[in-house]
Amino acid sequence: MITISVKVEFSGGLELLFSNQRSHTVTIPSTDPATSKPTNLQNLIFHLRDNLLKERVGLFVENDTVRPGILVLVNDTDWELEGEGDYVLKDGDEIVFISTLHGG
Amino acid sequence: MAPRTCALCENAKAMLKRPKTGQQICRECFFYVFETEVHNTITQSKLFQPGDRVAIGASGGKDSTVLARVMKTLNERYDYGLELFLLSIDEGITGYRDDSLETVKRNQQQYDMPLKILSYDELYGWTMDAIVSQVGRKNNCTFCGVFRRQALDRGAAMLHVDHIVTGHNADDIAETVLMNIKLVMRGDIARLGRCTAICTQGEDTIRRSKPFKYAYEKEIVMYAYFKKLDYFSTECIYSPDAYRGHARVFLKELEAARPSAIIDIIHSGEAFEVREEVKAMQRVQQTCKRCGYMSSNDLCKACTLLEGLERGMANAGITDRGRKQLDLQGPAPDNLRTIPFFKIPSGNPIIAIETAS
Ligand SMILES: [Zn+2]
Ligand SMILES: [Zn+2]
Repeated sequence: MITISVKVEFSGGLELLFSNQRSHTVTIPSTDPATSKPTNLQNLIFHLRDNLLKERVGLFVENDTVRPGILVLVNDTDWELEGEGDYVLKDGDEIVFISTLHGG
Repeated sequence: MAPRTCALCENAKAMLKRPKTGQQICRECFFYVFETEVHNTITQSKLFQPGDRVAIGASGGKDSTVLARVMKTLNERYDYGLELFLLSIDEGITGYRDDSLETVKRNQQQYDMPLKILSYDELYGWTMDAIVSQVGRKNNCTFCGVFRRQALDRGAAMLHVDHIVTGHNADDIAETVLMNIKLVMRGDIARLGRCTAICTQGEDTIRRSKPFKYAYEKEIVMYAYFKKLDYFSTECIYSPDAYRGHARVFLKELEAARPSAIIDIIHSGEAFEVREEVKAMQRVQQTCKRCGYMSSNDLCKACTLLEGLERGMANAGITDRGRKQLDLQGPAPDNLRTIPFFKIPSGNPIIAIETAS
């Protein structure tokens, strides 16, 4: 199985849901076994939910995407400019998830 | 997807889609438009006068950290002539506020601003940890809210500042409007307007304003991220669910469907403001007989809550019924711990507006 490795970072309080660890290296198959399509950001979100999330799933994923109020960056660019969940992951990508919902 | 070019400079790679306009812009243009919009809010609302001493209510969280940075930047860029201070309230919550105060202390160094920390313990003789051990987790947010509001004013008075600015953003204000819609449903429209007012002030009290009134939370967080600002984010251990309130979730869903929703909601709240200002002018103001703080009754809320705590009837300050029970126990003892008498720096009489918050 061919895999790719991406760097995932959680911040803004979201790390509390992931063992209070901000930075993770995640290795996933380069194609989605269910669809045989290249692995995209939505696949990664599901992978994080199923493998890394320690508590309160509803605070990360909602309606098959991240919960409103969580910002996602792909190599420092707003994921809204990169096709959101349809963005096809590349080996070495850096994906950042930031919660905006924690106190200011 | 091919990289897109910034809609403003048409040169650099777009890094962010603005929620307000849908515009795709680069990092440098984003900093510039974000800062300029806050500057426009400040100048259009004539928030400051040259020479003003301004305290930034600093919690160590994202909003106040970005506010401190932007206020410093704008003060220098546009020569506002302001003297800026950081003012933090230490509620005395172990494992929460002590950590965030470390962030504020780093901000003090990074932004080179004087910092004043005023603690509940110093002012009221009670930390939130001690209050929670008395009242449990049901009404603790009532104590915290009342005590914080008064502590900010008192800290500002100690700093001799003319003005307090807070990091409330457009999302916060829209959320308050949404929550107040239920007051409208009940016919209680009078409370609606104040929450959208950019600046609340009495004639001689310390002004409070919200330079981020029109700034979207997404942009504040992106600004902090791109500038690598040092901020603290966690849940208050005594109200871990506070940020998951229905109104906030509903608002984020509205925003996802229609990004202008937040501004639209703020404008609808503003439509009630004129009416509210008339009411505020008519309200007879007085000061607390015990501590001198603005109050609409003989005793301010903080003094009432504190008396309940001190007399071992912590809930007495929360309901009218509790207050009656306390009164039945006789008058407050002479040696009761009280809050130091409040004087605003100018020494002018206090004519203040108590705001719904
Ligand atoms: Zn640009
Ligand atoms: Zn009082």
